[in-house]
Amino acid sequence: MDIYGTTISSRLMLGTARYPSDDVLADAIRASGTQVVTAALRRLPVVGGDGGRGFLAMLKDLNVRILPNTAGCTNAREAVTTAKMAREVFETNWIKLEVIGDAETLQPDLAGLVEAAQELVADGFDVLAYTTEDMVTAQRLAAAGCRVIMPWGAPIGSGRGLNNPFGLSLLRARFPDLTLIVDAGLGTPSHAAAAMELGYDGVLINTAIGKAGDPARMASAFARAVEAGRLGFEARPIPVRDYATASTPERGRAVLA
Amino acid sequence: MRVRINGNDIEVAASTLREVVEELGYDGAIIATAVNKSFVPRTQRNSVALHDGDAIEIIMPMRGG
Repeated sequence: MDIYGTTISSRLMLGTARYPSDDVLADAIRASGTQVVTAALRRLPVVGGDGGRGFLAMLKDLNVRILPNTAGCTNAREAVTTAKMAREVFETNWIKLEVIGDAETLQPDLAGLVEAAQELVADGFDVLAYTTEDMVTAQRLAAAGCRVIMPWGAPIGSGRGLNNPFGLSLLRARFPDLTLIVDAGLGTPSHAAAAMELGYDGVLINTAIGKAGDPARMASAFARAVEAGRLGFEARPIPVRDYATASTPERGRAVLA
Repeated sequence: MRVRINGNDIEVAASTLREVVEELGYDGAIIATAVNKSFVPRTQRNSVALHDGDAIEIIMPMRGG
């Protein structure tokens, strides 16, 4: 898939939060085959810690690209400032833009998202916009210059899968040239396969792997599901119909009744 | 002077943002800074004079989704 001119061969992106340990995270990243992982910015502890050096060194050793996020931001100004700080810390123009509008569902504030996206694109950022399946918002993001749009499958961390496959399908059909990634809410590998069968370019998974009983095994399962779903999409599935159509030919059947 | 750093009121001898970072021992860390909710690039920390009551944010890379 294409992320602002960079070809990424793995269609599975991983979040790095909620793992029981760094070792488990590293194992999951290896098992997933991912090339892009997300990261965040948080306050330095008053004392102690290594200032994030160990975390960055680990990701460098794993040879993955970092996609910083603006997680937790609740308005455009905060998200834009966080993005600028992320650009300096992570040395990348990529930003996973989140502007959260509802504390319980973590549903994006779509107006704030568009406002922040416009400002960040104008400032040279490559914006990967975390949004819903809302068509008009996607149009506005595309008009602002976003080339990667990431609608949710379901609320972050919910594991519900694709709440609105029809809406996601419409988005795919309307924006054939954008990179579309389902981000958030997936729980099982079959959810990821379903997203890929809709023609999505990729999926981004965090909680479903990080909180699984065996994260590395689950990462491997998601990797295979993403690949299977993509192959299924490319192979052009049969049309759905209401009634049966016999697979064994009727012709030549013996008369025995 | 007394400034607010990451939500904690702290007395510092420093008069610029760069000096605050050094005084707190963060000069070797991978960080980004903001003063009163505005981003201050690394290259400008030396030119930002601080005032009593300023709110400083010093943030670092962290695991995230």
